[in-house]
Amino acid sequence: MPTPTKGPRLGGGPAHERLILANLATQLFEHDRITTTEAKAKRLRPLAERMVTFAKRGDLHARRRVLTVVRDKGVVHRLFEEIAPDMAERQGGYTRITKIAPRKGDNAPMAVIELVREPVNAKPKRAVVAEAEGAAKKASKIVDAETAEATEVPVDDAAAADAAKNESADGGYGADSAAPLEDGSAPEGFTVKGNKDSMKYHVEGSRWFDATVAEVWFKTADAAAAAGFEPAGGESAQQED
Amino acid sequence: MAVPKRKMSRSNTRSRRANWKATAVATQACPQCSALKQPHLACPSCGTYAGRHYSSAERSEHQG
Repeated sequence: MPTPTKGPRLGGGPAHERLILANLATQLFEHDRITTTEAKAKRLRPLAERMVTFAKRGDLHARRRVLTVVRDKGVVHRLFEEIAPDMAERQGGYTRITKIAPRKGDNAPMAVIELVREPVNAKPKRAVVAEAEGAAKKASKIVDAETAEATEVPVDDAAAADAAKNESADGGYGADSAAPLEDGSAPEGFTVKGNKDSMKYHVEGSRWFDATVAEVWFKTADAAAAAGFEPAGGESAQQED
Repeated sequence: MAVPKRKMSRSNTRSRRANWKATAVATQACPQCSALKQPHLACPSCGTYAGRHYSSAERSEHQG
């Protein structure tokens, strides 16, 4: 149950507030997305979500409960027949409030409240991702330890030097990667910067390219992606032209 | 009725008002159009927030 509202009602009194909220809910279920003030959007949210819960139940009693708030039968029909099926998989959080710039005139903070009708895409749990990353780190540590042991054996000095050379040649991330030259600039043919700390790559001309210190260089963005680097700022921000 | 005993001097008035200061609004670059926007608000120049577009969020220079 939503927490009782503190402070004064919207509009002139309790009845006026009920009317305002009922009208807002009707408009929301009719248009899917409405622009209103932030205060009204926040008050509308618990009411609208309760209406969706009734709609998901879908029986006649639920419909009559909704009709006490939303008086328009056409809108209630839309809520029960079109909106409720979209929300079937969703466990709460049926509405989304996005704040927008304040309006001209009274500078009131405005918001867009909308029904979240897109299908639920279950994100992989954070713990699972962290676990996988931890395992990967452990594996790389073991490899490091092995190479370190190899370098300690004096006979393998030359081999170790060779290995170090190889590493500098391919940057440690396959054939399409390269370690930066001594002054930090790119070897010939390598244009994509990689940041080992954040595991993100930056193509030439993208937003953070100039500010990034390349710890590894890649020939193409695809090569960087293949090495497990993420595009900085999302896929669309790192398009090669 | 309680009334002030003394006239408030210009100096006192002004030193009180000297502390009325405005603070700058925090801004950040929009990830979509790289124009300056306030954090947690849809961008007023391109109307996007978290990859979703809101046409009612767009503001021109004259229509505030």
